[in-house]
Amino acid sequence: MSEERTMRQNDGIIGYQRDHESQPPYLYPAYKSTRLRAPDRPLVILPHTLSEVTGPAFGHGKVGPLDNDLTRQHDGEPLGERIIVSGRVLDGDGRPVRNSLIEVWQANAAGRYTHHADRHPAPLDPNFSGAGRCLTDGDGRYRFVTVKPGAYPWKNHDNAWRPAHIHFSLFGPAFAARLVTQMYFPGDPLFDQDPIFQSVNDSKARERMISRFDLETTEPEWALAYNFDIVLRGRESTPMENHR
Amino acid sequence: MTLEPTPSQTVGPFFHDALLAADWTRLMDPDHPSAVHISGTVCDGEGEPVPDAMLEIWQADPEGRFARSGDEFSGFGRCGTDAEGRFEFVTVKPGPVLGPDGGSQAPHIAVSVFARGLLKRLVTRIYFPEEEAANADDPVLASVEDPDLRDTLVARARDGGYVFDVHLQGQRQTVFFDV
Ligand SMILES: [Fe+3]
Repeated sequence: MSEERTMRQNDGIIGYQRDHESQPPYLYPAYKSTRLRAPDRPLVILPHTLSEVTGPAFGHGKVGPLDNDLTRQHDGEPLGERIIVSGRVLDGDGRPVRNSLIEVWQANAAGRYTHHADRHPAPLDPNFSGAGRCLTDGDGRYRFVTVKPGAYPWKNHDNAWRPAHIHFSLFGPAFAARLVTQMYFPGDPLFDQDPIFQSVNDSKARERMISRFDLETTEPEWALAYNFDIVLRGRESTPMENHR
Repeated sequence: MTLEPTPSQTVGPFFHDALLAADWTRLMDPDHPSAVHISGTVCDGEGEPVPDAMLEIWQADPEGRFARSGDEFSGFGRCGTDAEGRFEFVTVKPGPVLGPDGGSQAPHIAVSVFARGLLKRLVTRIYFPEEEAANADDPVLASVEDPDLRDTLVARARDGGYVFDVHLQGQRQTVFFDV
């Protein structure tokens, strides 16, 4: 394949694996907002150069010690089911992605975002803003404390509801590894009618967006727990030499 | 061990409070003599502005060097679009960076576009109009054969800064890359 040839010509820089099977298409007409926003010309294959295999690093200075606890950002505790969401960020070779920024955002327990454009007539919670962040540790682990988000309606089709979800933003080690995704909860009855979830064609890939109930991490008398491991793209083969 | 990647999902319409709480639009003090303004508009397939998009940029410094943790110039910026679909960064013009075959790439900025309705990010690049010779030799620009399409990757000079519009779809669609 000419794509492979291009990457090998890249003078010692090893690119990231391209993965089209796991990823949704740009145009998925059942999700209406894709219709005028999906590009209609084919993408141009970009060999991975220094610009793609490097990426921003965010030090501890950018993240406060309580930024990963969404239940302690206000004077009182938010309403809802308190949960711990934790897991590991790994690359395609199973290696931990260390010291990497994760940002999360979500609706409150009633399915309402603090966002000014959210018109869902469910109550706001003065004790819940629904935004958090943290850095992965040396094993690629992260941990958030939050409340379980509610499902919420949207205007995509008649009687459309989003399954409960938490938005995740990950940087990983390089521009090429950047990922924004959503974490879902096991057994949600809304999966079948949600075009955003269903836009991922491969059922195994869809399952990788569903967290696992995690009894071990549960804290008795205090919080249930869900485990969500995230896999970013792996390298083509061996690590690059230092070209800086 | 090979693990399959987690799929991408849209950033949705409600990301602002989490992702844009801090101002990451200024990579350089606007009063600094080498500061440059890069602004533009994100439009959909009907030419309507996209008010709920977010751009991220990643670039080398003027010496062509990418930042490491703790460097003063971070090389990273993030900006949401406003009601008119507009964004603006204040940064510095990057230097040329190493390219394929040991050659060099023309100065450029890597761009990710996120929005409601984008199930995965779009990736493009901003090149600079005064770099005619370097742009002509750039391997990535050269991989776009149609000159009109190639031009969508080159910013326009205006008022001492640059304008780079992003057209998601249609006749004037920006070139997007498969990374
Ligand atoms: Fe959401």
